[in-house]
Amino acid sequence: MSANMQTVHDPTVSSYYVNDELYRNLVENFTDWQREELAIAVPEVRDRFRLLIEREARLLDELRFDEWLAMYSPECIYWVPGTPEGGDPRREIAVSFDDRRRMEDRIYRLRTGYAWSQAPKSRTVRMISNVEVFATSESAVRMVRSNFLISEFRVDGTRFLSGWCGHRFVERAGRWEIQVRQVNLIDCDRNLRNPSIVL
Amino acid sequence: MLEKLNASRIEGADLYDWDELVQEDRVHRLIYTDPAIFTAEMTNIFGAVWVYLGHESQIPANDDYITVRLGLRPIILLRDSQGKIRALFNRCAHRGTTLCRKDKGSARIFTCPYHGWSYLNTGKLRAVPWPDGYACDFNDAKYNVAQVPRVDSYRGFIFATLNPDAPSLIDYLGAITKPIDEWLDRQPKGRIRVCEANRLKYKGNWKLAYDNSGDGYHVVFSHRSLLEMENRQADVANKGMSYYKGSPDTAPMYIAYMGNGHHFKDKRPNIQKRAGGLWAVEGPAPGSEHYAEALRRRFGAKAEEILDLASSEPVNINVFPNFSLLGNHIQVFEPISVDETNVTWYGTAVVDEDDTLRGAVDEINALRMRTQEQFPNFGEVDDLANFEEIQRGLACQEDEWIYMHRGLGIPGRVKTDDNGIITAPATDEVFMREYIKEWKRLMKATPKLVVQREP
Repeated sequence: MSANMQTVHDPTVSSYYVNDELYRNLVENFTDWQREELAIAVPEVRDRFRLLIEREARLLDELRFDEWLAMYSPECIYWVPGTPEGGDPRREIAVSFDDRRRMEDRIYRLRTGYAWSQAPKSRTVRMISNVEVFATSESAVRMVRSNFLISEFRVDGTRFLSGWCGHRFVERAGRWEIQVRQVNLIDCDRNLRNPSIVL
Repeated sequence: MLEKLNASRIEGADLYDWDELVQEDRVHRLIYTDPAIFTAEMTNIFGAVWVYLGHESQIPANDDYITVRLGLRPIILLRDSQGKIRALFNRCAHRGTTLCRKDKGSARIFTCPYHGWSYLNTGKLRAVPWPDGYACDFNDAKYNVAQVPRVDSYRGFIFATLNPDAPSLIDYLGAITKPIDEWLDRQPKGRIRVCEANRLKYKGNWKLAYDNSGDGYHVVFSHRSLLEMENRQADVANKGMSYYKGSPDTAPMYIAYMGNGHHFKDKRPNIQKRAGGLWAVEGPAPGSEHYAEALRRRFGAKAEEILDLASSEPVNINVFPNFSLLGNHIQVFEPISVDETNVTWYGTAVVDEDDTLRGAVDEINALRMRTQEQFPNFGEVDDLANFEEIQRGLACQEDEWIYMHRGLGIPGRVKTDDNGIITAPATDEVFMREYIKEWKRLMKATPKLVVQREP
């Protein structure tokens, strides 16, 4: 899943890029990247990624899913681990582990009008903070850690979902795209009530 | 040593006229809403019948443990230092503190964090701080941790009961062992490994989940969004549970009541009986095309049966009161209160120590993890929303009845075989009528529950 990999198959239709190499990279990339010596303290760099993550949060709050999907690379992963350490998705099931097609499935389902868990829909507002940017061995790849708090109102009350996100951003044609987003709920290994919104 | 429990408790038998609450064609709303009935269920159901606690692969080595629940009772399910599987009450014999607060781990000794009493993982008291402050004899068994007297496994599935008068586990499971065997025997060497879970909860009574587990009537309605989603790119809209569309009652699938509250929805007859038949109707999953093609390149025609292992097995094998095998999941229902329930969908992975899959086990598991995530993400959430809305609807106190009479009174529709197994078309509610009769029988009973302590 390198940044400049040629897309042979349309990832919205078929799933070829979710393979052993992707899993291996993912497990490696998401274990050892939050290292002090790799942190980028330059305000403009942090601002650039903070704004992207804030925009993503706003698009999700406003259910603007097409624009949300457009922030992602064609071959991308939306990953909500089921264990606090992230786990190994080859050997363990996750809360969610979506490729591009399944992300689009998720949106398609919500739009059918028959997704009862989202009828009526939740209303959400998301707070993003503590944004930190980390360099990687590739100049076109940045890892970003941020904390989130989602206030979700639905039917009979408001609840709060919180945790932190790991974004893997890749620069392609002058644009930073989200290639992988790992959403780490603080209670990911507890029983969750109605986890049907896009986190 | 067995201990009779004589302290006062709610006896299900005395609460209600159960024949009024549970009738042939309907049940009263109170069985889902009354906290007193729920409390009685924790004794009469979750104390008195075999209840699923966990799978042996979760405690593979001596000294391994997981923490679970038997009804509301916190339990340490462990394999002791000699290899014996035990279900200890997670409760210090001294003041009642839970001894273990982790989900899983390995321990020879459990030391109470409060006053330092420590126990071997057999439950036997090991040491008490400053014992010369006590006049008692700590060799008295009453100071050992209480444990569930009967713990037994069926092919790796661990069940337990506090009821010395319950039948053996194998007799309790009875006819449902056949589909359990078939579910296991499609895996290499009949083995699986539990691999984390999709953990969900809903604000509703636990029986709403058990009512649903055999229900073929709700599928095209409750799961309409899932069916539309997984067929959105299909040339032929036959993915997943599409066979419920049209006229499901004339399809070869069926619902069976298997006795002792167990029921079995068998959808396998709808699937083409050939290698690759299951994979052909599996909805799209991350990595589907890559792994399918890679395996076909390596194994040729043999790849199809390997791919079937990543496909959802079309069965719902429901063991009363809290265990269900469906697809490749082990689903466990865990009552929290009268109107709150955990439903945990444990994933299972293929285990292939003998390499019968010739090196394909890691690939097939990588695919199987993704196929298993589909239903909890896109199907179960809608059922749970509907269960919550049932619980809300049942707040209408004056509208008392819930109907479950689909199929009742239609000649020839429901059939009973020589072994007492009752079968009916897939959308029939006979499974509900039958299991709730068993529930009623249990609620009328006065089981004498016991705990055990090491001598």
